[in-house]
Amino acid sequence: MSVLDLLADADEATPARPVIVLDGLTRQFPGEPPVVALQPTNLRVTAGEYLSIIGPSGSGKSTLLHILGLLDRPTAGEYRLDGVATGTASERDRSALRGGRIGFVFQAFHLLPHRTVLDNVLLATLYSGVPRTERTARALAALDRVHLTHRVHFLPTVLSGGERQRVAIARAVVASPHVLLADEPTGNLDSQSSAGVLDLFDELHRDGLTLVVITHDASVSARAQRRVRIDDGHLTELE
Amino acid sequence: MSRRARTARVRAPRSNRFGLRDLVSESTYGIGARPGRLLLTILGTVLGIASVVVTVGLAQTAAGQISRQFDAVAATQVVAAPATSRSMSGALRSTSSLPWDAEERVRRLAGVEAAGTLAVVDIGDLRITAVPVNDPSQPTSVTSTVVGASAGLLDAVRGEVVTGRFFDLGHDARADRVVVLGSRAAERLGVHRVDRQPSIFIGERSYVVIGIVDGFQRRTDLLDSVILPQATARADFGLAAPEQLQIRIAVGAGPVVGEQVPVALDPNAPETFRVQTPPAASKVRENVQTDVNTIFLALGGVALLIGGLGIANVTLLSVMERVGEIGLRRALGATRRQIGLQFVVESVVVGLLGGLVGTALGVAAVVLVSAMQSWTPILNTGIVLLSALAGGFIGLIAGIYPALKAAAIEPIAALRAGV
Repeated sequence: MSVLDLLADADEATPARPVIVLDGLTRQFPGEPPVVALQPTNLRVTAGEYLSIIGPSGSGKSTLLHILGLLDRPTAGEYRLDGVATGTASERDRSALRGGRIGFVFQAFHLLPHRTVLDNVLLATLYSGVPRTERTARALAALDRVHLTHRVHFLPTVLSGGERQRVAIARAVVASPHVLLADEPTGNLDSQSSAGVLDLFDELHRDGLTLVVITHDASVSARAQRRVRIDDGHLTELE
Repeated sequence: MSRRARTARVRAPRSNRFGLRDLVSESTYGIGARPGRLLLTILGTVLGIASVVVTVGLAQTAAGQISRQFDAVAATQVVAAPATSRSMSGALRSTSSLPWDAEERVRRLAGVEAAGTLAVVDIGDLRITAVPVNDPSQPTSVTSTVVGASAGLLDAVRGEVVTGRFFDLGHDARADRVVVLGSRAAERLGVHRVDRQPSIFIGERSYVVIGIVDGFQRRTDLLDSVILPQATARADFGLAAPEQLQIRIAVGAGPVVGEQVPVALDPNAPETFRVQTPPAASKVRENVQTDVNTIFLALGGVALLIGGLGIANVTLLSVMERVGEIGLRRALGATRRQIGLQFVVESVVVGLLGGLVGTALGVAAVVLVSAMQSWTPILNTGIVLLSALAGGFIGLIAGIYPALKAAAIEPIAALRAGV
């Protein structure tokens, strides 16, 4: 199976089409006084864009990522993912969107230690509506995509940090998401492994995948096609 | 966009969604991975279920054993005696008396295999001794009861002659002064052989010992007795009438014989006799079954509690350990329901395993104990099946709370916990 097949759904996201649209999005956490993690924010990410959001810790970038990943709900404003108003969507629909449209890459990899590399990638096909008969083939294709064909039956615990993050990336793309959300993807990696992961992001970007990478590292941010800075919950477009 | 249209766009086709097969395979994935923990988890259920199976199995086996013995002895024994009523002064008195020829009267009934009458003879202050000495310090004096009996009694109560013979109709008709000793009475009197025609004395009258008897499965008290022909008892001690008629019947003849005996004894007043017939076999089993059910329910409750608590504990622990995994699954698109179901199914499978292992152990124990006791193991197959399923049910109940906990976990917090 080719990479184009792997990302077949990406055809739907033609360049002009917005994948992420934030309209006056706000997130407050209750308290005395309430903590405003995210000021009213407007953001538009079109299909195929490679966006980085850079900011120091406590700037609200994790809050933004959680909302983009439908793991959290905004206090006010609207978030449309692929044209779907997520604010009024049911919990089940939000779960289905997470499974089918979004791929996550975490700083800490989040691989299940007792399952093989292949099983870890297969986990993402369970909840995302990949037909049962295609699951293994697609997982193997995704692992081929991240150059880990030789590690398919290994346990994550015996892999290097860079390899683990590549397994996580394979898991994130196996269900052909419309957007890949990465949270400090190189935070736990040495510079060589980081470079490998960022090269992989470049390849995925060239293949037409929409990427949003959140980082505090300027060198990671610099690899993106478009950069946004976040400070105290304010977004500022860079350049 | 309408809600339905959006749902159709957002959710995958049903056939591609997380289905039953995925659920079971995800739930059971971790179960075999840690055999040590699995063993500890199911231990409570295994012990509980095994104890239920063993209790029920042994109770059923024992019941089978009891009813077999019952069939052999009790089910063939009928006892007839005069009915009693309360007099004005409140004392019990007989409303009739058994005829002297009661044995003859009932022998002719169908189903009666042997019959014999007996009565305890009041010998007043007289003592039973082996030698006629009037010394009060005489040591061989014993306090056995004296029983007047008809010749058929030995056969009717399953006695066996150890040595010598039992008296016959001739002895009875002639009121001969002969006695037969129960084995224990004979021992106390120091009589071991009858070939030299030893005598014993009741008061000052001597009686020739013609036999020593043993057995008497239904009337072991007769082993302590000095038995003499009832006509002799009548002549020497003024016995008024037989007190009891012992009848040995064919298996299953109880109800018929029970109806006919009073009529045979006195056609004019059959109601004046009381006849004890063996209860029908099914009634005996019912009684035993009721006891078994009570034990079963009590033990089942304890098993449910112990096993359930064990599984609930470990499943809850498992949920807490796997918070990160739960968060990851939610991020990958799992719904709360799918997470909850995963833990319920896991707990049900663990319970089912415990039930199966416990049932197997229980059955093995019942067979082993039966083999050692040379019993026939009896175990209801329905109960065996039910026990195994009960494990699954315990798992289901035990899994609900941990599953609710797991479903309630917020993905953000869970992801922070790490995998």
